[in-house]
Amino acid sequence: MTVAPYVLAVWLLLVGLYGVVTSRNLIHLTICVAICQSASYVFLLAVGYRTGGTAPIFKGIPLGKRAVDPVVQALTLTDVVVSVTVLGLLLALALKAHERNGTLDPQELSEVHG
Amino acid sequence: MIPLQLVSMLLVGAAALAVVVARDVLRQTLVNAIYWLALVLLFVVFQAPDVALSAVAVGCGAFPIVILLGLAKVRAREHGSRE
Amino acid sequence: MSRGIRLGIFAVGALGLALVLAWGVAGLPDFGHYPGPYGTVLNRVAVPERHASNVVAAVVFDYRGFDTLGEELILLAAVLGVALLLRSGKESKEERQPMASEAVRAVTARLVPVAFLFGLYTITFGPVTPGGGFQGGVLVGLSLVLLYLGVDLAAFRAVTPTPVVDLLEGGAAAAFVGMGLGSLAAGMAFLQNFLPLDKIGILTSPGSINLLNWAAGIEVASAFVLLFVELLNYLEAPE
Repeated sequence: MTVAPYVLAVWLLLVGLYGVVTSRNLIHLTICVAICQSASYVFLLAVGYRTGGTAPIFKGIPLGKRAVDPVVQALTLTDVVVSVTVLGLLLALALKAHERNGTLDPQELSEVHG
Repeated sequence: MIPLQLVSMLLVGAAALAVVVARDVLRQTLVNAIYWLALVLLFVVFQAPDVALSAVAVGCGAFPIVILLGLAKVRAREHGSRE
Repeated sequence: MSRGIRLGIFAVGALGLALVLAWGVAGLPDFGHYPGPYGTVLNRVAVPERHASNVVAAVVFDYRGFDTLGEELILLAAVLGVALLLRSGKESKEERQPMASEAVRAVTARLVPVAFLFGLYTITFGPVTPGGGFQGGVLVGLSLVLLYLGVDLAAFRAVTPTPVVDLLEGGAAAAFVGMGLGSLAAGMAFLQNFLPLDKIGILTSPGSINLLNWAAGIEVASAFVLLFVELLNYLEAPE
């Protein structure tokens, strides 16, 4: 029970990596990379959690109340928004590869033509 | 709170497996949106409302739309080359 | 390299990675027993020091403002990359079919301003309640894309001319950096809070966190709109 979120983060990373390795479609691969990234979000939030703590927003609650760590939440929230643009860049690369080679299969694309 | 956290963690783990196992990309896009919904539930239960807000806007809004636009272009190109 | 060999190598590598990660996880403190000093100190100190009741927003835009600057520049670079890859200069001549159902058009056209206002509200009240520039920026960008999804492409194009969106995105990122450099020029630390603080719980409370919040919000919104504009132009462009 005390290591369950960390085990979940490791599971998400391995599942995402399995998806990346066995993917037959570059867009499917992009979505699996997103799963690997969400493993880090779960891990960060699990590190900052405090039992019995509330959200670190002190409007309407007294200042001394026990709250979870705000620093990891700050890191995670900017990362979530930025990751979707980076995944959009990956998608643009996949679309350009499809334009040049007519296929989205990474195993057919693996031969580099000089 | 602890049983709710356990249930949401199990949901996230199962949804991640479902996303990877779905092979048709269109189906996978929708399962991905469900996976992000499970992640939002996990974020709320871990007392992180800011992260949950950004995750719901991104995972159930921007990310599926971006993937669907890419898929539409791929299908349009394949239909065009077939005619 | 055949598929079987590739899967075998992956299985060995994944097993090794899982073992190393399990060894690392075993060394962590128990879930729920957060040990570190920074969270505790920030929760106690942030509201009296910065007058922002949302401590996460204070961390994002003040205590760790430099990290946010880096993230914004990642956003800028990624959207720049998408624009570079997908812009081809070819104009599309044919019009895609607009949404046929009158009910969907009518309801969406009336929901778009509501969604836009909600995004602006989320940006504005970031330092006070959950929200902020990043969350609200995504909502504002998505409300404009709703115009394309529910009405038609011409309406979306009319609201988001590409030079304006380019200018807003670059300008907001430059404003973020400029405010940091400005406080540096005034003799304080980079990105230090230089406006006077107000009483806790109202909009003008945290000083320059509000300015940085808005710069981030405008930048994220225009980055998302630009991403969609590039993808839509690529979708419509003839081959």
